[in-house]
Amino acid sequence: MQPSPNGKPRWRASVTRRTSLPDWPGLLAGLFLCALILGPLAAVTLRAGGGGWPVAADWAALRFTVLQAVLSAVISVALAVPVARALARRRFPGRGVLITLLGAPFILPVIVAVLGLLAVFGRGGVLNDALLWLGLPRVQIYGLHGVVLAHVFFNLPLATRMILQGWQAIPAERFRLAASLGMSPGTVLRILEWPMLRTVLPGAALIVFALCLSSFAVALTLGGGPRATTLELAIYQAFHFDFDLGRAAVLAVMQLVLVIAAAALALRVNPATGFGAGLDRIQRRWEAETPLLRTQDAVLILLAALFLLTPLAAVVWHGAAGLMEMPAQVWNAAAVSLAVSLVATVLCLSLAMALATLALRRPWVEGFGLMGIAISPLVIGTGLFLIVNPWVDPARLALGVTALVNAVMALPFALRMILLRLREIEETHGRLATSLGMTGGVRLRWLILPRLRPVLGFSAGLTAALSMGDLGVIALFADMENATLPLQILRLMGAYRMDAAAGAGLLLLALSLALFWVFDKGGRDNASV
Amino acid sequence: MRNLLLATGLIATATMAAAQDRPVLTVYTYDSFVSDWGPGPAVEEAFEAQCACDLQFVGAGDGAALLSRLRLEGARTDADIVLGLDTNLTAAARETGLFAPHGVDADFDMPIAWTDDTFLPFDWGYFAFVADADLQAPGDFRALGDSDTTIVIQDPRSSTPGLGLVMWVKAAYGDEAGAVWEGLADNIVTVTPGWSEAYGLFLEGEADMVLSYTTSPAYHLIAEDDATKTAVQMAEGHYMQVEVAAKLAGTDQSDLADQFLSFMLTDAFQSVIPTTNWMYPAKTPEAGLPEGFETLITPGKALLLNPEEARAMRDAAIAEWQAALAR
Amino acid sequence: MLRFDAVRIEQGDFRMDADLSIDAGARVAVIGPSGAGKSTLLNALAGFLELSSGRLSWDGTDITDAPPARRPVAMLFQDNNLFPHLSVAQNVGLGLRPDLRLSPEDRARVAQALGRVGLDGMGERRPANLSGGQQGRAALARVLVQRKPIVLLDEPFAALGPALKTEMLDLVAELVAETGATLLMVSHDPDDARRICPLTVLVDDGCAAPPVATAPLLDNPPPGLRAYLGN
Repeated sequence: MQPSPNGKPRWRASVTRRTSLPDWPGLLAGLFLCALILGPLAAVTLRAGGGGWPVAADWAALRFTVLQAVLSAVISVALAVPVARALARRRFPGRGVLITLLGAPFILPVIVAVLGLLAVFGRGGVLNDALLWLGLPRVQIYGLHGVVLAHVFFNLPLATRMILQGWQAIPAERFRLAASLGMSPGTVLRILEWPMLRTVLPGAALIVFALCLSSFAVALTLGGGPRATTLELAIYQAFHFDFDLGRAAVLAVMQLVLVIAAAALALRVNPATGFGAGLDRIQRRWEAETPLLRTQDAVLILLAALFLLTPLAAVVWHGAAGLMEMPAQVWNAAAVSLAVSLVATVLCLSLAMALATLALRRPWVEGFGLMGIAISPLVIGTGLFLIVNPWVDPARLALGVTALVNAVMALPFALRMILLRLREIEETHGRLATSLGMTGGVRLRWLILPRLRPVLGFSAGLTAALSMGDLGVIALFADMENATLPLQILRLMGAYRMDAAAGAGLLLLALSLALFWVFDKGGRDNASV
Repeated sequence: MRNLLLATGLIATATMAAAQDRPVLTVYTYDSFVSDWGPGPAVEEAFEAQCACDLQFVGAGDGAALLSRLRLEGARTDADIVLGLDTNLTAAARETGLFAPHGVDADFDMPIAWTDDTFLPFDWGYFAFVADADLQAPGDFRALGDSDTTIVIQDPRSSTPGLGLVMWVKAAYGDEAGAVWEGLADNIVTVTPGWSEAYGLFLEGEADMVLSYTTSPAYHLIAEDDATKTAVQMAEGHYMQVEVAAKLAGTDQSDLADQFLSFMLTDAFQSVIPTTNWMYPAKTPEAGLPEGFETLITPGKALLLNPEEARAMRDAAIAEWQAALAR
Repeated sequence: MLRFDAVRIEQGDFRMDADLSIDAGARVAVIGPSGAGKSTLLNALAGFLELSSGRLSWDGTDITDAPPARRPVAMLFQDNNLFPHLSVAQNVGLGLRPDLRLSPEDRARVAQALGRVGLDGMGERRPANLSGGQQGRAALARVLVQRKPIVLLDEPFAALGPALKTEMLDLVAELVAETGATLLMVSHDPDDARRICPLTVLVDDGCAAPPVATAPLLDNPPPGLRAYLGN
């Protein structure tokens, strides 16, 4: 419970049992998610006639998975702290654009991003060229550090946004008070910033950890060899080469348990981390207005921007050359991807709204949302395939299933942002609305949706962009007509057409960012105070 | 967006309506076969011109995914033909009992004799390391292991060429394969999940050589007019990949399926293969191979373990590979 | 008559008892030290807090378990009395129809209420475009159209300057006089109570006392209240 300015506990929606929004949509959504996650898992296990106890190779995969995820999470978060601090207290032209662009790595398809990273850190990359020119030895990207580097590239922006939001949650008055008391930067860190970081960091780290658990292509491509085998890769191998459904199911359960444990811990440690909608407020920080700290922040922002944007620039550079060589199928795939992404967005936001409403009173409900990143898309895909195959041609459901799985994968993010804002809305306006008898649909229409609009826009943008880039389960179901853009990129690469694939990668990047921008802007336009 | 979905729906309905009066032959194959730039479109056109039927390709990932899908569907599958398994998969495919003998009697233009009565080859190739033409490449695996030449390879647990390489080393060195792999370990820049990632890394300059096919330089030469890529001749000989098709025992279009298998070995099909699948046709067309193919290397020796042998030693060979690389 | 019948409210360690009656049409100030539970009393009456025991009734009808919107109560909170995303007219209209399906007569009543509080022609504005005093008036216009027999004020004008606050209090007094509503007003300023509330309920030491005449109470306060008032 947050203290109000006069120190009294604020009234909270959960104080009263009398509810103003119905529970059933949330319960329905929860049941639906359980069925969607556990149904396919059960189908795979049943088909296999049960699973066995994990073998040594599975435990090795588990160890490597956890190791790389822990390292990626710790390093992402450790780097994100100074960057977020610099962004929180500095105003400069292009800050808004930079924060938007920083979101781009998160939505890139993995292989496009990896090629972008290699253009910078690879053997023939910019970095090694520079080292060579300076007469220094080359650096080698392949190995555990390469995997971690790629994961930091993907997740640093996410961690930065989460931590930045923590900073902005510190009331401006406290910094003014600190300034009037003449506190040094060190004291401000100890008295004001560290307590905030202590609550925000574990949540941020655990979310990055959960995301890195299901890493597959990054881990293998940059891992340098069979030591870099993750659970997700082992699942893939069990399905594709050994057709060992029982082992796949066992591995999927291991992964599920791991992510649920991490998620439960994250929620427990920190129920209040957001993902950074509305980060355009800048705090004036008197104690930080020394030339030294200004320079330090400028350098930090510059380094972060270089690290995150140079590979993107490489993607653009490579892609621009290939744009002309893209076959017509790419445009078709782009249209399919757009349709899938929009359907996924609607689905995801509906699920998130329903769950968030229920989670207002029952916080553990948010756990349902996290199941999406807890389960291998391969397992969902194969399970659904087994379930629907006796009834319908799976290819006819390909796009629907892809949209559904993409929606579920983006759900944790949308749910978290919507829930935080919903809580705030109910705390601020809930009592008035209740006293006026605004319940159910009326409350939704006249209070919740208008107040939630910017967050809905941001969540929709993120979901749409994530769905564009996600390979999801399409590969298992798809036939030629309904290939999505990421799948088409893989197919182009598989046919030697690297240039065309790079062009399609650029198209994907542009479409994803455009979708994000349109939704985010749509949410903020005409939004009143 | 609704219009787009509507339009897609309409097109789908229209296609189905037009196809209703003709028998449908369903062929499961890997993705790249059916893409615009693959053999699929030309093959479909040529076969439909003579069969009074509707040939429908269903793309399902890669060869391994294809077999997985068939196993998931079992005897209920809609497939009449499966096209795109290779010799690493045929033993497992045969065990499913889903396939029927092909009944085709043909002479193949392959460096090995082919006697399988169920799986019928439609193309083949040699695995090879592809490099820039000016590279002073080592001529065998031991020399490669001793050299500083860097390579990028694929994981045998998730990729066909990756498995091919493990079999290659095994076929060439038998019990010494583990030692050869230990020698190669420090040459391997990284191991990718699939061919695409590896080839992409190579083209980005991440390694001197990439595991691919002897025919890969033909793509660069013919499609891109780029003669700078070459395949490296290995003294041990080169391991082969033979891609096959087979008829499902449960097909309801048995005659049509037989017709397709015969058609598969005619010029109309075979002449499409070299410049779409970038492999050697199983039966060289009358007009010969396209210009440019004559520049490719011809391995001194073709290596291929028979399917049962390959299946029997696969797991041990992969374990050997894994142990050597994990050090 | 509003009746608190052996009411007990508990929140964690906090506990308050109230056993008192207030006549219909009375104007009652609720006064007491900070943290004594003045707002708690109003929130319980408005239906935002559950009673641990006891009953609440209005005119003989038990309202203990009625949901907030069904109670004979209109309430103004310390802040957030208007929805910032809705126009002033919509905010007022919510008092008539929470789904905002307003008939022409409803609209006329909204306009009339806005006129009555001195906001003629400002119905289309957003709250952000009104001054603090105007926002208070808009909220009062909504209370007016709600036509509830009891009006609860939880220090809604505390942030206004003295002159503006006096003006608003006078307007409240006029409005409740016109509608005959019963007024309960939390205040920490004894002058507010003297100005418009003939009666006062003293909340102190875990107990809400029955209403007594305001002037004598403030002229001769008991010890706890004396310490709070600082004289």
